[in-house]
Amino acid sequence: MSTQLTLVQLERMAETIREDIIRMLERAGSGHSAGPMDLADIFTTLYFHTLRHDPKNPSWSDRDILLLSNGHCVPVHYAALARSGYFPQEEIMTLRQLGSRLQGHPERTKLPGLENTSGPLGSGLSQGAGMAYSLKYLDNQAHRWVYTVMGDGELNEGNIWEAAMFAGKYKLHNLIGIIDRNNIQIDGTTEDVMPLEDLKGKWEYFGWHVQEIDGNNIESIIDSLSMARAISNQPSVIIAHTVPGKGVSFMEYDYHWHGGAVGVGVPNHDQAKRALHDLRTLKGKIKGEHE
Amino acid sequence: MSQMHLSADIGKVDIKSEPNRKGFGRGLKLAGDDDTNVVALCADLTESTQMSVFREAHPERFIEVGIAEQNLVTVASGMAAMGKIPFTASYSAFSPGRNWEQIRTTACLNDQPVKIVGAHAGVSVGPDGATHQMLEDIALMRVLPNMVVIAPGDSIEAEKATLAIAKNGKPSYIRLAREASPVFTTSETPFEIGKAYVLRQGSDISLFGTGVLTYQCLLVADILAEEGLDVEVVHVPTIKPLDEQTIVTSVKKTNLAVTVEEAQMAGGFGGAIAELLSEKCPTRLHRIGMQDRFGETGKPDELMKKFGFDANGIAKSVRAVINNHDSKSKEK
Repeated sequence: MSTQLTLVQLERMAETIREDIIRMLERAGSGHSAGPMDLADIFTTLYFHTLRHDPKNPSWSDRDILLLSNGHCVPVHYAALARSGYFPQEEIMTLRQLGSRLQGHPERTKLPGLENTSGPLGSGLSQGAGMAYSLKYLDNQAHRWVYTVMGDGELNEGNIWEAAMFAGKYKLHNLIGIIDRNNIQIDGTTEDVMPLEDLKGKWEYFGWHVQEIDGNNIESIIDSLSMARAISNQPSVIIAHTVPGKGVSFMEYDYHWHGGAVGVGVPNHDQAKRALHDLRTLKGKIKGEHE
Repeated sequence: MSQMHLSADIGKVDIKSEPNRKGFGRGLKLAGDDDTNVVALCADLTESTQMSVFREAHPERFIEVGIAEQNLVTVASGMAAMGKIPFTASYSAFSPGRNWEQIRTTACLNDQPVKIVGAHAGVSVGPDGATHQMLEDIALMRVLPNMVVIAPGDSIEAEKATLAIAKNGKPSYIRLAREASPVFTTSETPFEIGKAYVLRQGSDISLFGTGVLTYQCLLVADILAEEGLDVEVVHVPTIKPLDEQTIVTSVKKTNLAVTVEEAQMAGGFGGAIAELLSEKCPTRLHRIGMQDRFGETGKPDELMKKFGFDANGIAKSVRAVINNHDSKSKEK
């Protein structure tokens, strides 16, 4: 089981995970930056506070399930798994390298702790719905929660809305969706590429309980997850408003840092250095401990 | 061959006829009786895919997904992750026609034992026309790592195949037809995933059939026997993995292979045999199947005749191959 951390410790863990992500991406030389960075608070909260899980026994039969549907954000997932003790910390630096268990997009069969294989967008919520349906209606294990993290750009996919209808129909209260509402996707802002608003209204019309929160505020994340678990007759979704590239001044809000080549999308050595400085000093507001 | 325990009525006009989807329906119900982990998901086609038999017997394990084939297989993937053996059913034009990527990522790469049941494959769907006459499913499914691909020859074999894939622990595809077709096997006829069966021995030509067209191949062997040709009929219900040994052994004896399928032959069953033989036993090969075109509206028997999938059509193609083969042999 995970150890309970204090709020301050959780916030520090999120910053540590962000630093891990920057180092992983610099070493990998490709991948995605903005999403993993802005999801650090959510993954920290899940792995170090909310999820019932056992890093020493990843297939524990009574565990909660966490699915990453937008697989390109997997660096944050790997970092959280390593910091939780699922695999040796130094292994995070093998991301995207030949022979690594840390594939560019997550593969369940490669690494203990992963519950699904994802990358092509839009499938995670359906998989989560299948799991939640099994637990609720077939296995009498509705006390186990299924969390699915999705991107906002990912909501362009029709598969998501098929899953939304399904979960609404079967009132899968044990399914909790978390949308990383960072407003960016590859070609620009979500509202320019394919508008999502009224996003809250859309989910409500599909039969879901909806909360909108500050997705970079761990206290809000804890509270919203707690609220979602108190809803007993419909699935829940948390629209987590996040700052893309959170914590790094030159990445924040800039959709070019969604992902891509070294220097534009993935940090080069100098950018990584500046990013780590930003993270350790709260973008220059405080003196870093290790500067 | 006596050990194949085939029907005694082969070649008779009154041989029992039944859609092979009926066998799937019975098999799924039995699989569900055997194992409570077997669940069934359908995309609004429960009667016509025959999943209704399971729904009647095990309503608590039947899940209606609606007309949403992407969701159909990905929900099934999630259920498989929870230890279930999910069977998903729709028409093959829609599943695997529409949801190939979800099958690739969440069933095959994810290595979850999702079962894809594609009904109403082939031009024999008839008047519904080309949109509903799935011909590319064999090619789509057999290129996927981890996937098992089966085209049962009749309803009895479809029942056996359904029971077999309920236990194989792998993503699997079963191809079914809409129309009734002759039941040429019996409960005693062997079926094992990955096995091909020599139904009739011969020395002049190896005729490889898959799905319901194998019965036509048996009729072709009778037709051509009267013309002095000794045809070996090999039934290949499992297209992936192929029974390489049985297939290669047959062509080593006959030195001439003809494949028969109600599907696009590019990448399909004929493609699979061509790949195998060109690597392991280069042999003269002719493929009978859809030749890079779509089907069209018509009665099933009219379409089978038009595209040369009935016994007379296949026999005609084989004669042309033999004549061509003989003239080439003489030139040498």
